[in-house]
Amino acid sequence: MVLDVNWAVKWLTLCAQAMAEHRVELIELDRAIGDSDHGENMDRGFQAVLDKLAEAPPATPGAALKLAAMTLMSKVGGAAGPLYGTAFLRAAGTMGDAAEIDPAGWAAAVSAARDGIVARGKAEPGDKTMVDAWAPAADAAKAAADTGGPEVLSVLVAAAEAAEAGAVATDPLVARKGRASYLGERSAGHRDPGAASSALILRAAVGAAA
Amino acid sequence: MTVSIVVVSHSENIADGAAELAAQMAPDVLVLTAGGTADGRIGTSLEKVLAALDHAAGGDGTVILTDLGSAVMTAESALEFAEDPAGVLLADAPLVEGLVAASVAAQGGADVQAVKRAAEAVRGPSQNSGPPPQREVSEGSVTGQGPDFTGDFELINQAGMHARPAAKIAGGLSALDAEVTVNGVDGASMTALMTLAAGKGSVLHVEARGVDAERAVNYVGGLVQAGFGEP
Repeated sequence: MVLDVNWAVKWLTLCAQAMAEHRVELIELDRAIGDSDHGENMDRGFQAVLDKLAEAPPATPGAALKLAAMTLMSKVGGAAGPLYGTAFLRAAGTMGDAAEIDPAGWAAAVSAARDGIVARGKAEPGDKTMVDAWAPAADAAKAAADTGGPEVLSVLVAAAEAAEAGAVATDPLVARKGRASYLGERSAGHRDPGAASSALILRAAVGAAA
Repeated sequence: MTVSIVVVSHSENIADGAAELAAQMAPDVLVLTAGGTADGRIGTSLEKVLAALDHAAGGDGTVILTDLGSAVMTAESALEFAEDPAGVLLADAPLVEGLVAASVAAQGGADVQAVKRAAEAVRGPSQNSGPPPQREVSEGSVTGQGPDFTGDFELINQAGMHARPAAKIAGGLSALDAEVTVNGVDGASMTALMTLAAGKGSVLHVEARGVDAERAVNYVGGLVQAGFGEP
């Protein structure tokens, strides 16, 4: 398996599918501690990404991610728009014009995505945000890329599993950033919707390579 | 030409309403709005912000005011994409109060940095991060030894120091190269002037330093003695 432009397009397509499938679940999570628009916004945003991919098929993985970044920033509407937009944009930046992404390349892309989210949202691990999915994912991808062989699937899996565990770990946290922080202690006991959608995105990257 | 202002809000109604309020006090300032999403929902849109910045470009600079967190993030993203981000500043200020203060400063001819400062000054100095901006002092002027010019003026208008007089004083002083205090507060800050709660018969003690110190004192004196054009 190589991570080429076909993989990137399939990844974004699976992201759109996942957001449509989990739309209600994300809405419920966001209703508990936010403004209940996350599922709606992510579904709309990734559907718009599909439209753009069909209009102007990208030539490289980096171009595909850049197109997704611009579309999400314009179409999502909520905080997830600039956050995911920045994440995809920074990840695209690490890929440049490369035709294929190797294990170290995927680790670098996830790290850049995390850094972009941190820079844009000013959140830290433990604040009950999507950083709690992306930070462990970036660490796990780097560890897997450093120790593993040339096979990229294990690096994709490592990032996805770490993001999923990170999302689950937001359940007991008290939100310190974003709309949920207005709730204070009442935000504990609910999963962060942004961390949940982040895990879906990184899981879709695995599915696209399978 | 004045500094233009872009309002980024989650709600089209909030953005339009805030701009309407600002226009009442600063009719000549270009206030552009980027409220709500492109399809009319609650949210913010990079496209709308970029369009507003594009419309505002070519003047003396632009100051962006925002509401809740993701409006700040969308504005920051827009700056990453903007053609000429150097002339565009993002103000960290409450939307409505900051917009009114910024508009008044822009109406008075303040430059883009001063308009941003005017917006951020509504929080009060204690919450501002970092040291206050240093002003250049022209050669030969004496600093640290008291004001260059002072004046005392009695308020003669019935309503005293309310919003419109405060806006007139702050707006005009923002455009001058002078550090001015009125009864100890920043004369270029509309909200600071209003906190004086100075009624009819109160005396305003004006102290000014800098190149335009004399003009600044005369400006305030002229307004006060004319009753701000009010009964």
